Amino acid sequence: MAPNTAPNTLREGPDEDGHFGIFGGRYVAETLMPLILAVEKSWAQAKGDPDFWAELRSYHKHYIGRPSPLYFARRLTEHFGGAKLYFKRDELNHTGAHKINNVMGQALLAKRMGKTKIIAETGAGQHGVATATACALFDMECEVFMGAEDVARQKPNVDRMKLLGAKVVPVTSGSSTLKDAMNEALRYWVSRAETHFYIIGTVAGPHPYPQMVRDFQCVIGDETRVQMQEAEGRLPDSLVACIGGGSNAMGLFHPFLDDPDIKIYGVEAAGHGIDSGAHAASLTGGRPGVLHGNRTYLLQDGDGQITEAHSISAGLDYPGIGPEHSWLFENGRVNYVSATDTQALEAFALCSRKEGIIPALEPSHALGFVSTIIGDLPKDHLMVMNLCGRGDKDLEAVLPRLEEMGLL
Amino acid sequence: MSGYSANRLDALFERLAGEKRGGLGIFITAGDPNLETSREIFNALPAAGADMIEFGMPFSDPMADGPAIQASSQRALKGGASLASTLKMVRGFREHDQSTPIVLMGYYNPIYSHGVDRFLRDAIEVGADGLIIVDLPPEEDPELCLPAVEAGLPFIRLATPTTDDARLPTVLENTAGFVYYVSILGITGTQDVPTDLVRDAVTRLKKHTDLPVAVGFGIKTREQAATVSQVADAAIVGSAVVNVIADNLDESGAPGPGTADRVVDLVRDLAAGVRGARA
Repeated sequence: MAPNTAPNTLREGPDEDGHFGIFGGRYVAETLMPLILAVEKSWAQAKGDPDFWAELRSYHKHYIGRPSPLYFARRLTEHFGGAKLYFKRDELNHTGAHKINNVMGQALLAKRMGKTKIIAETGAGQHGVATATACALFDMECEVFMGAEDVARQKPNVDRMKLLGAKVVPVTSGSSTLKDAMNEALRYWVSRAETHFYIIGTVAGPHPYPQMVRDFQCVIGDETRVQMQEAEGRLPDSLVACIGGGSNAMGLFHPFLDDPDIKIYGVEAAGHGIDSGAHAASLTGGRPGVLHGNRTYLLQDGDGQITEAHSISAGLDYPGIGPEHSWLFENGRVNYVSATDTQALEAFALCSRKEGIIPALEPSHALGFVSTIIGDLPKDHLMVMNLCGRGDKDLEAVLPRLEEMGLL
Repeated sequence: MSGYSANRLDALFERLAGEKRGGLGIFITAGDPNLETSREIFNALPAAGADMIEFGMPFSDPMADGPAIQASSQRALKGGASLASTLKMVRGFREHDQSTPIVLMGYYNPIYSHGVDRFLRDAIEVGADGLIIVDLPPEEDPELCLPAVEAGLPFIRLATPTTDDARLPTVLENTAGFVYYVSILGITGTQDVPTDLVRDAVTRLKKHTDLPVAVGFGIKTREQAATVSQVADAAIVGSAVVNVIADNLDESGAPGPGTADRVVDLVRDLAAGVRGARA
């Protein structure tokens, strides 16, 4: 018998078949399996290669602009009158969001595999812009699948992708949003499996994507550990991030999972409210199912048909969530909560006025939740919120709403 | 030998071998364009010349299907189809047809939602003869494939142009009934079957298995069906069939008069091609 050394870590997943408990896995058509296995093999090699990481770190520093600052939000802290609020400023990255952290990693992997044609799905367009950016830099062909409805409501990002040389493919099947863009990207990949690399934008999809995207995003949490030590001489007491698929949240949370005293909050989009049925809160309002290559919590009807998500944020408007989040939900390590469209809009305005930072609608959900608890926390409590994207892209959608709410 | 259900498939391929011809498999989506018309089409297929039926279980997000079958799935769901109504249609079919094999084809989530054990019990009970679940590769065999094998319901696997000789044994390991060769690198109905490559592919598969090999994805015409059935044990036609349904919808999306007859006409034509192919 081995001595009692039961692993005390929550950071070892997934197992070799890509499972986090019952979640994750590889639920794809046979045509894709050899491809997925090739990506897995190349990723395993790259992960163990110091040269791969050295090259990626060089792009972090000189191209993306990392490390992103850990910023003490003094005026918001005073406004709330409770815990000290820090922002991890990933909206300052090149292209304006955390998405580029993952894209640069996967693009380097694609290059290593000898692939020169890239496909990606995008909702709000941030992942699409990041992918188009990396493809321009590495001279790769780029096609981005985007729901036709999102193409219409995110025009600035569509224009940016075109300028960067990418082809934007509007998807009209299903509900014409992110879920359908991912279906279509997978269909396209099936027919081009031998020549194309698919850069998935979040911690979802078939193994090894959830793990790989997480590993590329962990730079957020790794930097936060060091920066908070420098700022306060200790680790934070709580972490907060918004969740659509969940990549910015996983990037912040994962390096802290084994620090049991740190409270962790993942904020889903509650849309018009969980009870209204019009929301994108897969954990709060869904149940386990299989879609897009993994088992995870999904919004679905009684017959297992996937239902439409709703959120004012196109980036959170997805009926699923990364499988590792489902696992962290069931084992209770992370507290999953939600914020409504209205709470996000109020936070959007508040952050702009108090800190001079226009946040994206996605992290505005995180701040919307923060505003409900931070005032009651002691003044020596240290809270870090991931400010994972900037809000320029959202102005067209947000301004009329803020006007209605009397917040302009 | 396991359950009664495997026997209809075995019996079919034995009979086809005796007749020295390949078979014709017809795919339709259960409930497309509505439950009533779909039932009419389903029940008419054997007399029109379908040797077996791939009965699609509609799903909101059919990841491996092209526009034609996506649309048929959407029509079925809009028309009120569910896993329960699909199983009920199979039960109704079996009241008058005891010999035509029915293979349930679709995606895993509705089955997972229904409950795997309950689904297997129900599928066998209503008289289904096999399963083709597109998003369950061998890597996920414990989910449904192994319980299906245990229950005596054949789990029919897809082999594709990307399944090389090294991977084929993995794909074939728990496969029963027949092997479904996906003739194109892509989704259903989007390209024409490369008939010249199919012969080599079937020959390659036969080196690895004694199971019958059916070929599908991309067979649209009588000629293609005939050519494929010369080299394979069956040709499966899907998108071309559901396109006939789409072509007969009126502006409100309701099926026009004679929709089922038009489908039957196509199936008759395909069947004539297959039956004349090796003469």
